[in-house]
Amino acid sequence: MTAKLSCRHVWKLFGEGAKAFLADTPSPDAAALSARNLVGAVRDINLDVAEGEIFVIMGLSGSGKSTLVRCLSRLIEPTAGEILFNGENLLAADEKRMIEIRRHRMGMVFQHFALLPHLTVLDNVAFPLSIQGMDRAARETRAREMIDLVGLTGREAFYPRQLSGGQQQRVGIARSLAVEPELWFLDEPFSALDPLIRREMQDEFVRLQSKLKKTIVFITHDFDEAIRLADRIAIMKDGEIVQTGTPEDLVLNPATDYVREFTRDVAQAKVVRVGRLMQPGDASGRPRVAATARISEAARLFDGGETLAVVDANGAPVGRLERRDVADLMLRG
Amino acid sequence: MTASAITPRDMSTSTTGRNNYPVVWLIALAVFALLWLAPVPGWIDVYPKAWEIPASRWISAAMKWLVNEASFGLFTFTEFTRFLASIIEAPYRLAMSLLATGFLSGQGSSAVQVAPPLSWVAVIGIAALMGHAAGGRALALLVFACFAFILVFGQWQSAMATLASVLVAVPIGIAGGLLLGIAAYRHPRFERALTPVLDVMQTVPAFAYLVPILFLFGFGPTAAILATVIYALPPMARITALSLRQVAPEIRDLGRMVGATRRQLTWRVLVPSARDSLMVGVNQVIMLSLNMVIIASMIGAGGLGFDVLAALRRLDIGAGLEAGLAIVALAVALDRLSQAFAQREASPLADRGASWPARHPHVAAGLALVAATYLLGLLLPAFRTWPEAWEISTGAYLSEMVKWINVNFFDTFEAVKNAVLLNVLIPFKRLLGELPWLGVTGLLAVAGWRLGGVRLMATVAILSFLIAATGQWEKAAITVYLCGVSVLVAALIGIPIGIMCAENERVWRVVSLVIDTLQTLPSFVYLMPVVMLFRVGDFSAMIAVVAYAVVPAIRYTVLGLTRVDPRVVEAGRAMGATRGQILWRIRLKLALPEILLGLNQTIMFALSMLVITALVGTRDLGQEVYIALTKADTGRGLVAGLAVAAIAIIADRLISAGAARTRARLGLADSGGSAS
Repeated sequence: MTAKLSCRHVWKLFGEGAKAFLADTPSPDAAALSARNLVGAVRDINLDVAEGEIFVIMGLSGSGKSTLVRCLSRLIEPTAGEILFNGENLLAADEKRMIEIRRHRMGMVFQHFALLPHLTVLDNVAFPLSIQGMDRAARETRAREMIDLVGLTGREAFYPRQLSGGQQQRVGIARSLAVEPELWFLDEPFSALDPLIRREMQDEFVRLQSKLKKTIVFITHDFDEAIRLADRIAIMKDGEIVQTGTPEDLVLNPATDYVREFTRDVAQAKVVRVGRLMQPGDASGRPRVAATARISEAARLFDGGETLAVVDANGAPVGRLERRDVADLMLRG
Repeated sequence: MTASAITPRDMSTSTTGRNNYPVVWLIALAVFALLWLAPVPGWIDVYPKAWEIPASRWISAAMKWLVNEASFGLFTFTEFTRFLASIIEAPYRLAMSLLATGFLSGQGSSAVQVAPPLSWVAVIGIAALMGHAAGGRALALLVFACFAFILVFGQWQSAMATLASVLVAVPIGIAGGLLLGIAAYRHPRFERALTPVLDVMQTVPAFAYLVPILFLFGFGPTAAILATVIYALPPMARITALSLRQVAPEIRDLGRMVGATRRQLTWRVLVPSARDSLMVGVNQVIMLSLNMVIIASMIGAGGLGFDVLAALRRLDIGAGLEAGLAIVALAVALDRLSQAFAQREASPLADRGASWPARHPHVAAGLALVAATYLLGLLLPAFRTWPEAWEISTGAYLSEMVKWINVNFFDTFEAVKNAVLLNVLIPFKRLLGELPWLGVTGLLAVAGWRLGGVRLMATVAILSFLIAATGQWEKAAITVYLCGVSVLVAALIGIPIGIMCAENERVWRVVSLVIDTLQTLPSFVYLMPVVMLFRVGDFSAMIAVVAYAVVPAIRYTVLGLTRVDPRVVEAGRAMGATRGQILWRIRLKLALPEILLGLNQTIMFALSMLVITALVGTRDLGQEVYIALTKADTGRGLVAGLAVAAIAIIADRLISAGAARTRARLGLADSGGSAS
């Protein structure tokens, strides 16, 4: 697994003399910070995001997740640490280099869409390209492709206020993708939407990602959303990461009571994958199920039988799934 | 997070403050009474002449030095300022030629007209087209009516001269304000330096800086335009800084995220996103420019202001009123036009394939109109200038009417005026005149300390001391008395009206229309009917000031009452409170900070109007400034003007601190941008 983006001991402290303090005291605890009147918004964050991975940072409001994602793109200047993007330390980059990286390699979707009210849908989507100085014809062609991708064809000449919330966020998504970013930040992109629209947009997001295979850092306060979308999740609390892992890891082995609080009401069958529950052995002739499928999907395939044949991505048999194990898991909740 | 961090501290100060309040105040008042009534040395009562700071002489000397001796080596300071004036002169000449005089060749009276000015048909047509483009048929009709009114009543030439000044001053004011505002937004240190300068620019009466401008830039329209820009620019700078700060942080993040440079971030992201609130500033600049152009007619702007001023001096009520109404017509047209452009919904993109005239129908029609009327003007002179024979003048009738009113109601008016003068104005004036300067300064300092702390105390005390030390105390007392009485009356009228408006939507609709119109009127206009009915003097001044200053009292009361959280009102109703209880015990209480700010604005309005009423013979600082203007005495005018500014700033700081305290006590969030 190659890391596209890595954080090494990233800190963001708010308050007078934060930098000097952190240089003297390499890893202060909460008490030491409050004694100095400093607010530790992001504390000693280490994480690696792999190429093509959806990495979700989940936390409640005030947990520092929004500050962290802004540190990753240096919209907020971290107090200390290293942020490696393709192996390059972003914190050592000068302003010009940062502008270069943001223009061509990063895209971001915002919670409240952040559309420019004076521009049409077409001009909003083309805006990042126009900032780069791309000529009109080229950027509009590209923008039209993106608008088509998010299903807004026909609305190019509309202004943001003439669109619904869901449509506005589609514009935000199209805009962030217009520069073909390698790294895609989504800061609570669906939190401002109604539940039904949110669901629809999540599906849309999954569809897009299956096509685009971007490296994604996705921020949310909604644990269900995190589980639905994530390859891996980092749970944040008070500026620190409490646990990082796949949804299955979190649900099956919560590291702390805090994580357990979130996972308690999650139906395990919707999270755990077949590979985790399968047993060695052969079950040829039985209906086949992929090792990456979730248990809840596999459950529908038994069709009266006791076992399923588990196969890998190439269709080669790797083991078998017992109905009893599935039932146990589902009864546990 | 910040709120929770601040609240406990605030609570503790406010509780200790409450405990100490009566004691501190009692001591202060006792000392004050002692200074006032007890036989004390004279210097406590009246600031001795011998100790006066000869500030006015210093300023005059400095001015003289600037004008006569200051030099940058290659060229003198005066040459530099005259050069600036000539830069402004060029666009002004162009606008003037287009609208009023035509393009001339040659000097003075021997000049030959090369090309005529725009025909009145073209100007009215273009104005109406702009109205149509911005606000549809209704606005086009209104703008047309305003301009037609000016034309028919024979005010065209003067109105076009005024319009030309406004057309030059407004873009300079907008551009200057925008740039200053952006600089203030970007550099907090620059903003800290700029804010007091803007404060002074906004509170020093315009009359005061007419004289130095006159010296540096010469008598004439360019000096008037410069004075106008100084007057109209501060609100634009403030609104720019504020509205850039209010752009959603996400929009700023977006700009940086797409890799915008600082310049791109400012001009392509922040400024366009803040367009709506920036347009409020643009409207302000237009209205203030119009207001000031009128005042600046005293230093050679000519136009409608000059007509009004001349008529006022001749006491030719009819002519003055007509010119005044023409100002109103111009003000209403410009105000509605700029507001409509601000609120205009951007239409979906026009088809790029269409021909140029089809994409820009209004511009095309305007150009066609100019060409057509030019050609017609060559054939028919009536197209060039509106024939005098077609002009209507109601001046004579108006004069007759006023005369009739005066003949028949003179005694009534006189009785009212005298009763108020004798029973209210004069005793109050005498009282204020007698107060010892040291005592007042001390009392103000105590108020500053209690309301805002040591810094406010120092500011207030120093300003008050300076008023006394520059020998302005007596005149300042008269200013405070006139201002105080007017503000009191304005508040007594305005706040109840505001309450009524907040209670009744239909009343508010009518009242808001009236006060919107009142607010577009240049302050000059208020003087005329008052002088007609009550002649010159303090009473007339008071009426004019009240009429001008009542608007913010109404507006802020309504604003404060309607902003009260409806859930709190609902809770009150659920508890079974009556309408009256809800009003008195919930809404008015919670609206108090806003009402205080409205009072603050009322004072500011009153002070600015007060200076103008110097024209109708008051004896206060305004008169001092006005006399200095007529004598071209820079120092005298500026010192008196700065004294007015000092009064304004003292009142503003104390009331703002009081409002902030009330707000904190009520647990309301700060409504300004300071929360971030």
